[in-house]
Amino acid sequence: MAPVVATTETIGITVDLAESSVRAVNRALRTAVPGVPVTVSHPAGAHALACGLDAPVEVTLDGHVGYYCAGMNQHATVTVAGNAGVGVAENMMSGRVHVSGDASQSAGATAHGGLLVIDGNAGARCGISMKGVDIVVGGDIGHMSAFMGQAGRLVVCGNAGAALGDSLYEARIYVRGSVASLGADCIAEPMLAEHHAELAELLAAAGFDYDTAEFTRYGSARQLYHFHVDNVY
Amino acid sequence: MCGIVGLHLRDPALYPQLGALLTDMLTQLVDRGPDSAGMAVYGDPRWSPPGHATVSLLDSPLPAAELAAETGARLGVPVTGIDLAPTTVLHAPADPEALVAAVRAVGDVLVIGYGHELTVLKGVGDPRVLAEGFGLAQASGWQGVAHTRMATESAVTAEGSHPFSVGGDQCLVHNGSFSNYASVRQRLEREGVVFDSANDTEVGARFVADRLAQGEDLEKALLALSESLDGFYTLLVSTADSFAVVRDPIACKPAIIAETPRWVAMASEYRALAGLPGIDSARLFEPEPQEVYAWHR
Repeated sequence: MAPVVATTETIGITVDLAESSVRAVNRALRTAVPGVPVTVSHPAGAHALACGLDAPVEVTLDGHVGYYCAGMNQHATVTVAGNAGVGVAENMMSGRVHVSGDASQSAGATAHGGLLVIDGNAGARCGISMKGVDIVVGGDIGHMSAFMGQAGRLVVCGNAGAALGDSLYEARIYVRGSVASLGADCIAEPMLAEHHAELAELLAAAGFDYDTAEFTRYGSARQLYHFHVDNVY
Repeated sequence: MCGIVGLHLRDPALYPQLGALLTDMLTQLVDRGPDSAGMAVYGDPRWSPPGHATVSLLDSPLPAAELAAETGARLGVPVTGIDLAPTTVLHAPADPEALVAAVRAVGDVLVIGYGHELTVLKGVGDPRVLAEGFGLAQASGWQGVAHTRMATESAVTAEGSHPFSVGGDQCLVHNGSFSNYASVRQRLEREGVVFDSANDTEVGARFVADRLAQGEDLEKALLALSESLDGFYTLLVSTADSFAVVRDPIACKPAIIAETPRWVAMASEYRALAGLPGIDSARLFEPEPQEVYAWHR
């Protein structure tokens, strides 16, 4: 079914998911051009919306979305005006994904780059195996977040759930509130000037106005097996 | 996978729409488990008239009307039989336990639900086709649950479909798999609990029923379950007056709850909730791991 497209001068293009299939909408989004924002109305929790975008286009999903929204994103700016299901922006390479509500588990999983902003809370496993993405969460995050995080920054303006940063590599974590428990090999570390500077930059980029002095930095103690030179292959 | 939907209505004005809302919710999650399905409705006047006990069963040796007649002869009251193949539903102005005993005396049937208000319907195949055959969309009532199954721990059969209803007016539906169910089952069997199937979820349902029978409330029973049973689970458990959700400590299996002054709903995915009346103003949240959420009538 071809997507139903309405064009107006002020809001750009609107594609109605109540009238079109996910596949047709995603195909239409891949033909979007920079400078003409696209809005998808009535997403109604549909999965795999706005996946694999590869151009500096602006896409707004006007409502709650399902799993893997904006996965593999490159260059595009995707806004979810609502909540996101499992794996929002998973494996993002670049660009920006902004969720105005809450995100379910595995937000930003394995993502290599770009900025993921979640205004509300994120569920368990936020930033699991993150590989360079920056994630800023306005609220709380769930358990096992940043598990095996390899690179990138995770900023949490609320509280973090159990086992934060378990088996962390080089990713850096900033938490403003409490941490239910730290995962294996994750420790609190001092906030040096460079950390205040990068945190301030991330908060500003995400649109949050907090004093960086309220945050604690967490990182890898580098004591697990693979950090010992004797265990190098 | 497996898909769960449940709806607990607070506003009686919505009771006539229960079946239609539940059918739409179930339809959204068919691709989470298209092999078989089951559904349960509390308070439908066709299946569970006020003042009657209802028993739902599989493997009836007789057509519904004949089974009802034979059961009525043993019970001494008129019994109504409804054929909802492969499920048979009987109701009668009697005590639920007495109705169950009477129908079991007629033949070797598998009881899949009983109580004052509960009707349980199960079958194999596309959940949409099953719901159509059962007339789910026409059902009314105050509470309903449904499940689409992707079988892992036991065969694709009607009796392996959820909900598992092993105590009066109780239902348990499960997304996930219990890992230590064999040892919990052995313990329950030693205490005299009898099982109908080889299914892991039945162990969870028997565990909860056993605790409720000992006088525990639903919240306590589900906390005890989360301490005794290992594995992956999101459970939706309902009783004659309650609707409860619990997830395992790892919380891999999805669950989302929506709450408004008119209803409480739970589903594996948001898309099953998207069509509910007033969803835009609902409080939406994912249940925390190993925390029991319960609503009471």
